Amino acid sequence: MEVLTMKLNGEQVTVEVKPDAMLVDVLRDQLELTGTKEACGEGECGACTVLLDGEPVTSCLVPALKARGQEVMTVEGLASGGDLHLLQKAFIEYGAVQCGYCTPGMLMSAKALLDRNPQPTEEEIRQAISGNLCRCTGYIKIVDAIKAASEE
Amino acid sequence: MSEEFSFVGKRVPKLDAPGKVTGQLVYGHDMKVPRMLYGKILRSEHAHARILSVDTSRARALSGVKAVITAEDIPEVKIGWARDHPVLKSGKVRSTRDEIAAVAAVDEDTAREALELITVEYEELPAVFDPEEAMRPGAPVIHEEAPNNIQEKMRQSYYHGDVQESFADSDVVIEDRFKLPFVTHCCMGTCFCLASFSSSGELTVWSSTQMPFLYQRDLSMALGIPATKIRVIKAVIGGGFGSKLDMYPFEPICVFLAQKAGCPVKITFTREEEFMASPTRQPVICDIKSGAKKDGTLLAREVRMILDNGAYSSWGSTTPLVMMLTISSLYRVPNVKYDVTVAYTNNPYSGAMRGYGNPQATFVLESHMDMLAHELGMDPMEFRLKNANRPGDVTGQGVKISTCGLTECIESAAQSIGWKQKRAKPGNRGVGMASVFHVGGGARIYPSDGCGSTVKVDDFGKVTLITGSTDMGQGSDTVLAQIVAEELGVPVENITVVNTDTNITPWDVGAHASRTTFIAGNSARLAAADAKRQILEAAAQTLGDKVENLDMKDGKVFLKGEPEEWVPFAKMVRSKHFRPDGDVILTRGWYEPPTEKQDKEFRGNISATYSFATQAVEVEVDTETGEVTVLKIGAAHDVGRAINPMAVEGQIHGGVSMGLGYALYEEVLLEEGKMLNPNFADYALPTALEMPPIETILIETDDPAGPFGAKGMAEPANIPTAPAIANAVYDAVGVRIRDLPITPEKVLRALREKAEKAQEGK
Repeated sequence: MEVLTMKLNGEQVTVEVKPDAMLVDVLRDQLELTGTKEACGEGECGACTVLLDGEPVTSCLVPALKARGQEVMTVEGLASGGDLHLLQKAFIEYGAVQCGYCTPGMLMSAKALLDRNPQPTEEEIRQAISGNLCRCTGYIKIVDAIKAASEE
Repeated sequence: MSEEFSFVGKRVPKLDAPGKVTGQLVYGHDMKVPRMLYGKILRSEHAHARILSVDTSRARALSGVKAVITAEDIPEVKIGWARDHPVLKSGKVRSTRDEIAAVAAVDEDTAREALELITVEYEELPAVFDPEEAMRPGAPVIHEEAPNNIQEKMRQSYYHGDVQESFADSDVVIEDRFKLPFVTHCCMGTCFCLASFSSSGELTVWSSTQMPFLYQRDLSMALGIPATKIRVIKAVIGGGFGSKLDMYPFEPICVFLAQKAGCPVKITFTREEEFMASPTRQPVICDIKSGAKKDGTLLAREVRMILDNGAYSSWGSTTPLVMMLTISSLYRVPNVKYDVTVAYTNNPYSGAMRGYGNPQATFVLESHMDMLAHELGMDPMEFRLKNANRPGDVTGQGVKISTCGLTECIESAAQSIGWKQKRAKPGNRGVGMASVFHVGGGARIYPSDGCGSTVKVDDFGKVTLITGSTDMGQGSDTVLAQIVAEELGVPVENITVVNTDTNITPWDVGAHASRTTFIAGNSARLAAADAKRQILEAAAQTLGDKVENLDMKDGKVFLKGEPEEWVPFAKMVRSKHFRPDGDVILTRGWYEPPTEKQDKEFRGNISATYSFATQAVEVEVDTETGEVTVLKIGAAHDVGRAINPMAVEGQIHGGVSMGLGYALYEEVLLEEGKMLNPNFADYALPTALEMPPIETILIETDDPAGPFGAKGMAEPANIPTAPAIANAVYDAVGVRIRDLPITPEKVLRALREKAEKAQEGK
């Protein structure tokens, strides 16, 4: 086992992990942050997207130890002090959520986009979530919600 | 029109959305219970083979393994719609997904390692993968009980009118063959099952099922445990789309493992397993002949279908019945003949998937409608309008059409993409359309098509709707809450919905056939109306007025015509509760639609109403690469009434994207029964980049049988997209693609053949 210390959703966290453990498994199984979903295990669907030092990564492909000393943000870290993030509010209000399994990953990809480009075009939004698969919504209301959040 | 309502017709956000955007909501995939073990299944390496021996001794000896089972350890019961599917296979395997053994261990790694330690000796048997070959004499026999490889229960012939005579009377008759591929649901959340026995012997199964009560029955049969000892709870799931209609072998396997290990066991499919072991949409080979008069009157349709059942039968084997409805009743057609054969092959078995056979049937019919229009020299839109179903029609199959917005759907979808200006124009752009006919008021395929509801109002005014129906993510709980809020006259935020726990919720046949809003909505409305009546009666007593003078809205009880003077409804609830002969508000609603089971000739009105829709699309075809780009889709849907327009739009968008995948991208590739692309890298789902703009047009026909006028609408969204695109490709570049998906290779080949023919013509 190895010791992993990282800043997780704004708090310093230390956890013992297997050297070959993937970040998604440490988050879900050891730290009980089950908001992050795993839907393919091969980095193809984006459901497990989290932010690693602000960059969106598919946490099923990232060795947990790569997060050592870094900042990790999951969907649980989006709201602050009981207030939902603008993106979360927009996803609710615009009907961007159906089964919701892709939602945490979508939100994290969208957050990364708005952090680096606060006023994206529709094309830039589509590009930013093109690695996140959704089978329920046809993406349209997700794009609308991200656009609305960017205009707030 | 919706202005008269407080909650119906409003864009109410989903009740479960806050839990989903924060990651707080616990899905079945996230669940753990104390002492829980992890189950894994060993599947066949061959598509057809005799099992000579299974040696599990090394797996049993592995530290951390708590249970190992094979067919020898469980009752010999066959499951599935036709009872042809052993839970664990002995004797032989019939497809590569076949379950041979299963293990439960302290963690997933150990369970996986244990599977690798199980050795199976096989003797390979000749196999057959093509349904037409499977039906030829001398083909390898897959089930001894079906020596011709035909699922006899689904060998059907239907007719109305006289097709032979009417083909002779037709001015134009055309005949073609179409082929539809294997595709699969790709729910983002895979299948799971968590089984746990209590000390008193009750089994609780947390499941991803969308049919909890039939599942309870099926589990009981498979396990040999009385249904009275089984509790089914549908946990939060990541989509259904029909894939969770049946009980599959992994579910009784999970329970048997729990029984043997004496601990709760959970099985969660990996993505690869989800691709391989959850059933696909059935491939179809279809020969169709259509005839029409010069003036564009549709006269006759003759359809012969062959379905690839795969190795076993699920509910999906009954999809020919849904296809039959479309074949007999989409557009007015006085003469129809339909024959269907479902053949066993050594492919993975096919099942229920959104639209339930209708995407296949509609692709064939609507492609052919277009081809007929071209032969007749008519605008395909005008041809459809001329033959459109109308309110009050009774079709040859005994389908009674009450409300019908098909004409408005055709016209408004066409207008939305600029049909008249764009059709039959030079260049590589083209337009196409297709319509859909589908059940919209339940579907009587089981002795009951009903749903039960209970409404409980507590002393504080909290209203709990306990419904038999199942929310898979589509948002039915929210729609039901809106219906209760409207009927009862309380704010939607006072309402909590409890669904899908067979110990608590009343019976419902399940989430299928786009029936939940209609059936469960009517049921919830009945329970809410009774609750309102009781509250107003209590108010009449307490306030000393006549009940007919009182009304209730937004949680306020008031004298009709004097809404400014009001008392809170919860106070009236308490006034009923806290009196010497007091009572609480606890009401029930049971709704059974006024429909008929089909007779032996398949005639009968199996749904209380029917849904219609038309999608029109504009495409651009790159003649260099063969690539098809969809530029815009106009989706006009007769939904009766949109209880929640935002949710309805969401269903249409999602359906269109699934239809877009069916049209252009998706295909499960099999080689000798082995899946070649069981992953998202090789099985191409549409992404945000492929989705075209969609204009949704909601046609509200206010159905008299529906709750506040609503009809079922979710499946129809996915059905007409593919034929509309195929028709648009024809309009753009003059090539007719008869087999999906419409890949660039197929388009290029068709363009080349067209050019060669033109050359020969010169």
